[in-house]
Amino acid sequence: MPKYPMLEYLWIVPLLPLLGSAVNGIFGAKWPNKIINWVAIGSTGLSFLGALEAVREFFESGRVLFRKEFFTWIATGNFRAGFDLQMDQLTVVMVLVVTGVGWLIHIYATGYMAHEGGYYRFFSYLNLFMFFMLILVLAANYVLLFVGWEGVGLSSYLLIGFYFLRKSAADAGKKAFIVNRIGDFGFMLGMFLLFKTFGTLDFVQLFAKADPWPADAMGHLGTFTIACLLLFMGACGKSAQLPLYVWLPDAMEGPTPVSALIHAATMVTAGVYVVARSHMLFSRAPTAMLAVAIVGCATAFFAATIGLVQTDIKKVLAYSTVSQLGYMFLACGVGAFSAGIFHLMTHAFFKALLFLAAGSVIHAMGGEQDMLRMGGLSKKIRWTYVTMLTATLAIAGFPPFAGFFSKDSILLSAFQNEYGGRNVGYVLYGFGLVTALLTAFYMFRLIFLTFHGKQRYDEHHVHVHESPNNMLAPLMILALLSIVGGWLAAPAFLPGGTDYFAKFLQPVFSPIYRSAEFRVLEPLSVSAEAEAHSLELWLAGIAVVVALAGTVVAYWLYRKRPGKPDGLAKSMKPAYTTLLNKYYVDELYAAAIVKPLLWISTNVLWKAADVAGIDGAVNGIAEGATAIGDGVRHAQSGNTRSYAVWVVVGALVVMAVIFFWPFGGKAVVGMVH
Amino acid sequence: MVPTNYYVILSAILFGLGVFAFIFKRNIITIFMSIELMLNAVNLAFVAFSQALGKLDGQVFVLFVIVVAASEAAVGLGIIILIARNRQTLNVERVDLLKL
Repeated sequence: MPKYPMLEYLWIVPLLPLLGSAVNGIFGAKWPNKIINWVAIGSTGLSFLGALEAVREFFESGRVLFRKEFFTWIATGNFRAGFDLQMDQLTVVMVLVVTGVGWLIHIYATGYMAHEGGYYRFFSYLNLFMFFMLILVLAANYVLLFVGWEGVGLSSYLLIGFYFLRKSAADAGKKAFIVNRIGDFGFMLGMFLLFKTFGTLDFVQLFAKADPWPADAMGHLGTFTIACLLLFMGACGKSAQLPLYVWLPDAMEGPTPVSALIHAATMVTAGVYVVARSHMLFSRAPTAMLAVAIVGCATAFFAATIGLVQTDIKKVLAYSTVSQLGYMFLACGVGAFSAGIFHLMTHAFFKALLFLAAGSVIHAMGGEQDMLRMGGLSKKIRWTYVTMLTATLAIAGFPPFAGFFSKDSILLSAFQNEYGGRNVGYVLYGFGLVTALLTAFYMFRLIFLTFHGKQRYDEHHVHVHESPNNMLAPLMILALLSIVGGWLAAPAFLPGGTDYFAKFLQPVFSPIYRSAEFRVLEPLSVSAEAEAHSLELWLAGIAVVVALAGTVVAYWLYRKRPGKPDGLAKSMKPAYTTLLNKYYVDELYAAAIVKPLLWISTNVLWKAADVAGIDGAVNGIAEGATAIGDGVRHAQSGNTRSYAVWVVVGALVVMAVIFFWPFGGKAVVGMVH
Repeated sequence: MVPTNYYVILSAILFGLGVFAFIFKRNIITIFMSIELMLNAVNLAFVAFSQALGKLDGQVFVLFVIVVAASEAAVGLGIIILIARNRQTLNVERVDLLKL
């Protein structure tokens, strides 16, 4: 028995969901729901327990990094990619979030999906997703990470298109897959560049080799910068950042538990994880960091503005997810990787909760998703209301809820950040703050429209009912986590206190290289620390005031003056319609990219190249053969004497060639002599 | 001594006559004879070259050709007699049932 059995057999953690997926997928079609539940929840639950045990052993061993090579997968030339898993503090956070939240959502889904067709298929896909996501976060090299990366994309596609008979769902699945492909293209190029430069894609070896390299200067497109930008392109696709975010809102066509697990809590954070995992490279590429920060910040703001006017409850949450992912990238971009991962974790709690609660609302309303046809639900589905309100307070950033701490540490890092002596940080901070205002507004708008005010649905048609216990239990656990999940960082607000989460991730992120031009959170003297502490308190106070302001505006608009939003929409019609149509980005992409591609595919590739070129060549050869045959056929008349004539003619031709051909003739005659 | 050229030219003339008769004659007997004529034209060329080169190979071939021609005559005349009996004609243009 090895000393740390679970770490030694770490592959069990991802393998269990794969087994569950296979068993349900192969045999589940004929099984009753109960057995499928046992397999699906059992495999993920065991995986969660295994992950807990592995984490416990990891702490007990006191190592900074546990790493084990299980088998070699690809070996060619100097290149080796193995099935190598690793565990460090970053992995601990990710693995616990993935298995823990994933398990809760599995439990929830047994209630939510109870009356749906294709029950076994759903859980098979969901387990498959867990497998790939665990591979992604446990992988010890970029190649294996990419396997998980593509695998979660596949599961995402399958689950978005779960109701594949509905065209919009099938289309949304394809859209997600294709948009992600654009990002993956960059990701692969980034991997190639890293391999070409450093000769390895293993995290430990790669970062060790990259360590002595000088950092790229600001504005200089060196190897680090290009590789990081390419990796970030992949992250943009997976984590729905500008300009590749368009697939995520459409992904809401999938069942709500899928939206919660894949399109809010785990998969979409994979991009953030990759950036954080590659922090060694990113911290040497200030230009790429600035790009990450700007894209993150812009996405956060941009998506939040769209979220203001959406009426579909899931769409609001989808844009909110895009916006919050922007926050995480902002944190990574300003070098506060631990703050980004912190927000990733708290966001996983409260956004999963928001989606699950929204699912509970939709369940209660019998499938209705339009908030304008809800209202006054707070009394009828009390538990859903309470948990959703908790999550809303968390995302809006009210203390002591989780979102307050993570968002605050991101804004603080953005504020303190400097690029090349210019205070880009203030701009980033400003946008972050405005986004916080918008977030509080649209989330409370959702709460007020859904749970308060007059009921705007027909009570005779909709029988509002609270969800079953197996749906409410995950809601409550997640609500608890949404409250306490941020407390790890809470002591930082006390004089001389520390952010325990940042301290926990310290071993992973401490070797951050700080170039002269790129400065983040330098060690401070005592007086400076006190100053920083008061700054932190000030910023936190401002953030709370801003969140409060957003809430008050939402309250005023949607509770006190119910007619006011419509009037406001009328008076600012151009802005309102632009927002309602999501800045026409989908239309823009359709006109600028999809239409031309479609035109080229139809007219050039299909009609010109395929039909005229390839088909034309093949058919032309066949037709030519037929025509020649038709012509030559007449020579074979069956008349022996005509054959004799041909023989004679042939003989004469041969003789003519021998005697009169200017080049060959003499040689042939010479041979005869 | 007669130069080899003469033999060869005579052989070519005989062969040409045979070809001409084979193509343009309709009587099956005549066609058959023209084939014999061509074979013997070739025999003549063989013998001529054999003598000119001082080797016996050509004459051996002539013996082969004569044997083949004899057997061909036996089989061919048998066929001709059958055709004459069955079709009451020796005109090849009337014996064209296998034509397209």
